[in-house]
Amino acid sequence: MNLNFLDFEQPIAELEAKIEELRLVGNDSEINISEEIKRLEQKSRELTKNIFSSLNSWQVVQMARHPQRPHSLDYIERIFTDFDELHGDRHFADDLAIIGGIARLEGQPIMVIGHEKGRNTKEKLARNFGMPRPEGYRKALRLMEMAEKFHLPILTFIDTPGAYPGIDAEERGQSEAIARNLQVMSQLKVPIICSVIGEGGSGGALAVGVGDRILMLQYSVYSVISPEGCASILWKSAEKAPEAAEAMGMAAARLLKLGLIDEVIEEPLGGAHRNIDSMAQQLKRVLLKNLAELNHIPVEKLVDQRYNKYMNMGRS
Amino acid sequence: MNWFKKLLTSGIRTESSEKKKGVPEGLWSKCDACGAVIYGAELKRNLGVCPKCEHHHRIPARERLDQFLDPESSKIEIGAQVEAIDRLKFKDLKKYKDRLQAAKENTEEKEAIVVMRGQLYGMGIVAAAFEFNFMGGSMGAGVGERFTQGVQAAIDAHVPYICFSASGGARMQEALYSLMQMAKTSASLAKLKEHGLPFISVLTDPTMGGVSASFAMLGDIIIAEPKALIGFAGPRVIEQTVRQILPDGFQRSEFLLEHGAIDLILDRRILREKVANILSKLMRIKLNTLDNPTYAD
Repeated sequence: MNLNFLDFEQPIAELEAKIEELRLVGNDSEINISEEIKRLEQKSRELTKNIFSSLNSWQVVQMARHPQRPHSLDYIERIFTDFDELHGDRHFADDLAIIGGIARLEGQPIMVIGHEKGRNTKEKLARNFGMPRPEGYRKALRLMEMAEKFHLPILTFIDTPGAYPGIDAEERGQSEAIARNLQVMSQLKVPIICSVIGEGGSGGALAVGVGDRILMLQYSVYSVISPEGCASILWKSAEKAPEAAEAMGMAAARLLKLGLIDEVIEEPLGGAHRNIDSMAQQLKRVLLKNLAELNHIPVEKLVDQRYNKYMNMGRS
Repeated sequence: MNWFKKLLTSGIRTESSEKKKGVPEGLWSKCDACGAVIYGAELKRNLGVCPKCEHHHRIPARERLDQFLDPESSKIEIGAQVEAIDRLKFKDLKKYKDRLQAAKENTEEKEAIVVMRGQLYGMGIVAAAFEFNFMGGSMGAGVGERFTQGVQAAIDAHVPYICFSASGGARMQEALYSLMQMAKTSASLAKLKEHGLPFISVLTDPTMGGVSASFAMLGDIIIAEPKALIGFAGPRVIEQTVRQILPDGFQRSEFLLEHGAIDLILDRRILREKVANILSKLMRIKLNTLDNPTYAD
């Protein structure tokens, strides 16, 4: 597998290249070098462990945006069965930056909604790099209200740079679409679990992110503004993004410490993209555990708890 | 300082003894839009609206609430003890702590919103107003808390809630705490709705970002002042993203009205009476005289 190594992973990349080289030599010589390869592989694992044990915020941002980072569709196909994607907001269009539909989680029918960034260039353009327009949020709203009607728990996957800043989006009421979702989600009479799987970009993320449990993958981020945006406003230079990322404390571990999210889900060594199947299994386990807990809470109490959770946000 | 003031010798330069806030209270001031030189007291009597071009100047939160609530009624401030907290020890080019201190000195407020329980034509009401000069009216945890305490006060007293927003959006220095205030304020309004109480959202210049994309767009009735800048993304961000020249009047009140995003645009000078009239219908309450009120000068 040709991994796309990030800057800070270069030592790993070099070692992996060396291992690859040795393998090629090993194939057409009679010398037994499998011992040496094993040793280097072990070394590579140690090195990866070492590097990943102390990532700074900016490095986590890069992980969250990794070109090979698994997206909502990657998880949906691995975690659920019988996924029926449902389209459109019934008013204007079908926004491909947000996908949603009904599926089964270990047999239990659920509603799943997530941002989808797209994998190749063509798909990324069609999905607007996961930046929804109002119709995307309104599709999500329609599906969530349907979920309430049929008593389906709602699972959302958050992965967006933010809501799309475009002329058309403003014309069709981007603000209202986001605001409406925040209000309605706070009151829906079904369990809601929101998982940040990559980038949690501001209001565009929160608009499908109000729930009973907020989970984040280990190398995902969540913030009020992109580090570049924050840097260009407060530092007057987008190049200060690493400083802004640090100052905002946007990585999962920090947000857990601050009590702003409920749980961090561990990723495979080197990040979710190194082993998507095992990441999906881990995410599934955590979703099942949380859902089992929430399913036991009477719905009135659930909504009260959710309300209090948000009332306590930032209360001293 | 405007040109006229510069002409005055220091001896006759008049600085009011009160600290200057928002609309200049000097003897003369200059309209931000048309440049007309207006007698300060006249501008204030005109509620900060230029008598020549009708430009609606930004006004401080307390001045707004003074204009709006019955002058003779008793007013109780809600959440005054709630202040911004620097939870993240945030520092950019300046420390957040220092920015807060400067904002406090500059505005004589402790947060970017002021909430009061008072009366409107004799009807009980809770009114909130943003202080734009306090860090651009940005919403952090303190603002969210004051806002929701206002909602709770309205529920407890079974009265309507009104908010005058003037904000650049979420307060970056409070990072995810500030983002969560969008959810918090919106959730509190859902509670208000459950109690069948109206929320009137008045959008003043500017209402952007996280404030626009939360409670400000959740009014049962959404009113804007003329020509206010209202939107989710800032015009410069949009321009850089789409690489197009933005259409004339983009993200202004009139643009929003045309696109069906707001109910009506009201001149500040008739706003008080109009809102009272609307609320009297929604609440089925007979109000004290709806004659044009007089404002104590």
